[in-house]
Amino acid sequence: MGRIVLDKVSKSFGETQVIPPLDLTIEEGEFAVFVGPSGCGKSTLLRMIAGLEDLTSGAIAIDGEDVTEVPPSKRGLAMVFQSYALYPHMTVRKNIGFPLRMEKMDQAEIDKRVETAATSLNLNDYLDRKPGQLSGGQRQRVAIGRAIVRNPSAFLFDEPLSNLDAALRVGMRLEISEMHERMKTTMIYVTHDQVEAMTMADKIVVLQAGVIEQVGTPLDLYHKPQNIFVAGFIGSPKMNLFSGPEADKHGAYTIGIRPEHTDVSATEGMWAGRVGVAEHLGSDTFIHVHDTGLADMVTVRITSDILVKHGDRIYLTPQADQIHKFDAQGLRIE
Amino acid sequence: MAIVAQSSKFSTFGRPVLAWGVGLLFFFPIFWMVLTSFKTDADAVKPEHLIFFKPTLENYLNMTENYDYWRFARNSIITAVSATVFTLFVSVPAAYAMAFNPTRRTKDVLMWMLSTKMLPAAAVLYPMIFLAKGIGLYDTHILVITVLSLINLPIAIWMLFTYFKEIPKDIIEAGKMDGVNTWGEIKEILVPLAWGGIASTALLIFIFCWNEAYWTVRLTTIDAATLSKLIEGNRAPEGLFFGRLSAVSTAAVGPIVVLGWFCQKQLVQGLTFGAVK
Repeated sequence: MGRIVLDKVSKSFGETQVIPPLDLTIEEGEFAVFVGPSGCGKSTLLRMIAGLEDLTSGAIAIDGEDVTEVPPSKRGLAMVFQSYALYPHMTVRKNIGFPLRMEKMDQAEIDKRVETAATSLNLNDYLDRKPGQLSGGQRQRVAIGRAIVRNPSAFLFDEPLSNLDAALRVGMRLEISEMHERMKTTMIYVTHDQVEAMTMADKIVVLQAGVIEQVGTPLDLYHKPQNIFVAGFIGSPKMNLFSGPEADKHGAYTIGIRPEHTDVSATEGMWAGRVGVAEHLGSDTFIHVHDTGLADMVTVRITSDILVKHGDRIYLTPQADQIHKFDAQGLRIE
Repeated sequence: MAIVAQSSKFSTFGRPVLAWGVGLLFFFPIFWMVLTSFKTDADAVKPEHLIFFKPTLENYLNMTENYDYWRFARNSIITAVSATVFTLFVSVPAAYAMAFNPTRRTKDVLMWMLSTKMLPAAAVLYPMIFLAKGIGLYDTHILVITVLSLINLPIAIWMLFTYFKEIPKDIIEAGKMDGVNTWGEIKEILVPLAWGGIASTALLIFIFCWNEAYWTVRLTTIDAATLSKLIEGNRAPEGLFFGRLSAVSTAAVGPIVVLGWFCQKQLVQGLTFGAVK
């Protein structure tokens, strides 16, 4: 259950086309992440799948059934919103049980399902509280609880962790991933955070201006970005990209090298530069190298046992087999 | 430092004095009306009995015995309550639709509704009277309820629209995902969330309906006449009977003042809804 096929779906708001026709298939049980900068249409695409936004053209099928004209609640999907969107006037118990009550389910069955969902989300102690009395993380759990009681064929998450603080975000990320492992239900997750995309996804869909730039597994995207946009978007810190004579040498218009694929030396190397800021993360150090003549700044990852300081002269050598080459259109050259 | 001290002196003494002053100024006409209602018609116009007089209930007894006060009061209650209920019944779904499913024309529709309040009532008075008589509704509850509802609908929709705008759209959409139909969205989500706003709108509309005089006086004679008509009816050709008039007015505004007094917390809360979260 939960194979979602988008067939040439497009969306326009008035004259403005935000999503040109696109095709996409999300396989049953897959964890798909839509990622892209803000305004790229990823949330709109999710809302179109949910049924909250009409399609301008094209069709959506869930498990082989055309749902293009089917209202949101009849699509068998559950959604978790960025703002949690809990019903503030209902207790946690009522919030979680609400979709079941709307299905006119038997009260005893509702109670049973709510208890089960609450147990799996550690919410048992809060069932009689109102959302206003809960912390952000707990509210997010309630929102997830409200989604899971319905046994949907797919979960839709719209930037669910953006309102949480960093520590909680990492925790919830793990919980959602574990939930996916346990339930094996299709999940579509929208985020602008490429770290979330990389850590959670089976399949990442990178979007820019409503266009799918690349679809693939996290490591596919990391090792074989199809174009400069994906190369620059996936990976943290960003891939270093330069054009000019250095790129010409490799027979490309632009070349890219990731921070961790550059060797450093104090005495010799391909490119010379001067150390700017060094960011010590403990496990690694990121150094920002200036005056290389390649770009304003080159970021390099080194192990923390190499000590460098501001102003040091440094030599960089890219690992030859890790250089990404792109043509004048920004497309990958193999 | 001096400025701080000065401003705090103002907030300790100046502000309460000012507030009381304004309050008394506004309350004075009501006080005077209540006072006059306990004077005889003769005493009411004599300067020597301005403050000191022999209080009497004569006006009130006269009002209930000779003027059939209770019939007018009953009509006021029937029309004001019905018109308020009907107004809400139409304005809640209307405001819901405009707040959560706006189109490009929504703002224009809202402005148009407001513009109907700018129409001078006198301009449509005679057409209304002829129309009412023509279809046999003159001096009926139905007519008064319909007219009161229609004149208050724009305000009700505007007020509710503002309150509904405060409700995050996500919550309504979550409801859609959870399988609620449109009516369910209103009943299960919108009304409980905007309860304060709906209550204060209802209260305000009720007060407007109760106090309305222009139409109720002109579209009724006996059967559907409200308290406004009773007050107006005390304007006898021989002149004004201030004592009687004051008694009738006091009895007419009394219920609404008491209602407002009990609901003032709700009213203030409703009117500042959204501003103070």
